[in-house]
Amino acid sequence: MPTPKDIQNEIIDNFSLFEGDMEQTLMYLMDLGKKLPAMPEEHKIEEFIVKGCQSKVWVFPKFTDGKVQFEVDSNTEITKGLLYLLWSIWNNQTPETILNTELYFIEKIGMSRMIGTQRSNGFTAMIQKMKAFATLYQQHGNS
Amino acid sequence: MKLDINHIRNQFPILHQEVNGKPLVYFDNAATTQKPQRVIDALNKYYTLDNANIHRAAHTLASRSTEYFEQTRKAIQQFINAKEDAECIFTKGVTESINLVAQSWGRKFLQAGDEVVITTMEHHSNIVPWQMICEEKGAILKVIPINDAGELLIDEYDKLLSPKTKMVACVWVSNALGTINPVKEIIEKAHAVGAKVLLDGAQACSHLEVDVQALDCDFLTISSHKLYGPTGVGVLYGKRELLDAMPPYQGGGEMIKEVTFAKTTYNDIPFKFEAGTPNIADVIAFKYALDFVNELGKPAIAKHEDQLLRHFVNGIVEIHGIKLVGTAAQKVSVQSFVLNNMHHFDVGMMLDAKGIAVRTGHHCTQPLMQRFGMDGTVRASFAVYNTIEEVDVLLDALRKLANLNT
Ligand SMILES: Cc1ncc(COP(=O)(O)O)c(C=O)c1O
Repeated sequence: MPTPKDIQNEIIDNFSLFEGDMEQTLMYLMDLGKKLPAMPEEHKIEEFIVKGCQSKVWVFPKFTDGKVQFEVDSNTEITKGLLYLLWSIWNNQTPETILNTELYFIEKIGMSRMIGTQRSNGFTAMIQKMKAFATLYQQHGNS
Repeated sequence: MKLDINHIRNQFPILHQEVNGKPLVYFDNAATTQKPQRVIDALNKYYTLDNANIHRAAHTLASRSTEYFEQTRKAIQQFINAKEDAECIFTKGVTESINLVAQSWGRKFLQAGDEVVITTMEHHSNIVPWQMICEEKGAILKVIPINDAGELLIDEYDKLLSPKTKMVACVWVSNALGTINPVKEIIEKAHAVGAKVLLDGAQACSHLEVDVQALDCDFLTISSHKLYGPTGVGVLYGKRELLDAMPPYQGGGEMIKEVTFAKTTYNDIPFKFEAGTPNIADVIAFKYALDFVNELGKPAIAKHEDQLLRHFVNGIVEIHGIKLVGTAAQKVSVQSFVLNNMHHFDVGMMLDAKGIAVRTGHHCTQPLMQRFGMDGTVRASFAVYNTIEEVDVLLDALRKLANLNT
């Protein structure tokens, strides 16, 4: 199982091909978003929504064999692409691994505007929410 | 007069830069306009040479800064043709101007059962302050509906008016749709039932001629930052007899005549409503923005902006998969739209990648978005320094985006 660090480095490598060209970066992100496994509509309920000012994101967690599985989705394609990257890093990792991850790929692929104080998308809130689920599973298992 | 747009552009240093490797195309003017060099210079000069607190001291710098500050008041008086400069109160912006009226006028003059009329297309800043005071007073908020083009239904307005109507608070020009509302008619009808009228002039004042005496509006709110001036400065115009009758909004320095622990008497307008040290530098620089607009003249500005809007609309209706939102007959140079195949947030990000700045989202008009069954739009808004070539850059970009994934 590759570590979050391995995966992030691979992502950064892939995006480096665009040499900072924002348009190509965004187009690629939108393509990546299409690779996300479809999230069942019945899981897109209020409890699992993370609201941003402009885009909505959903995260539905499960805990099996000591590892966390996430279903994620967004109503905007660019956010969805970023979610795909986050999902590829964290899906099927242990709560400890998730909580110990330092996420550095976002800035490195030129998308730092999507994190931090920007309220306009649900991405930052999404990171918090996924970590919160990991904390919950770490403390209580699947209960 | 035909404007020399190149000459105008050269007065705006910020326009001459690249964003994401492309020449900046700034089409977010309804959010805030850019500032001409003379405004930037005025700010610089004030802090370099003139800074002193106003209205209070005997020394030379203080009288100089007071004089400049009051010159802006005179300039804004002329800009809107107020009867006297004391009817122009400096605030932080339109939001504070409306809150001032809602809190001060509303506290004194609204009673349980009274009605306040607003429109479907209000900015949140002309909704929430009225909701707050209505809740406090037991007054009722009524809303004028609109048609699908984004125009007020005046017949419905007529039905809402009654002797219970005490205030009609209405946006002059919609920031999300660009609609110019028939404010003269709205004011006459409100006055006929004895109601006062507040016009939210945030979007109107950079495009349309303003004459508060001819309009006979009771209050008008203005924002400097949407008029080529600095942020943090607004104006509340009010008729003297109303402002005189209204209690102060905030207490503190400047707004008093005499203070004892037993009783305080208040200063006259405008100072009664200007508690504390105001935003002196930005008020002073605001005058230079007004000069800029006056030199070009509103008719010439409007003519150029209308050309930009028409060019954009003519281009966009040719593109399959884009829907215009806001198609009123009377409009300023603001156009909202949505793409069938792409969320407005993605459109905004993709345009930014091409150096094009537009607004996406609900534009602080959520009830209006609900009326259209949308959670947001993309909005392009044009100012006097924009060019047909820039509009073509946007149209090109939209043509490509509308064809993606389809
Ligand atoms: C129609 C309208 N009203 C009010 C406001 C708020 O103005 P200000 O930023 O000056 O508080 C805006 C600005 O976005 C506006 O467009």
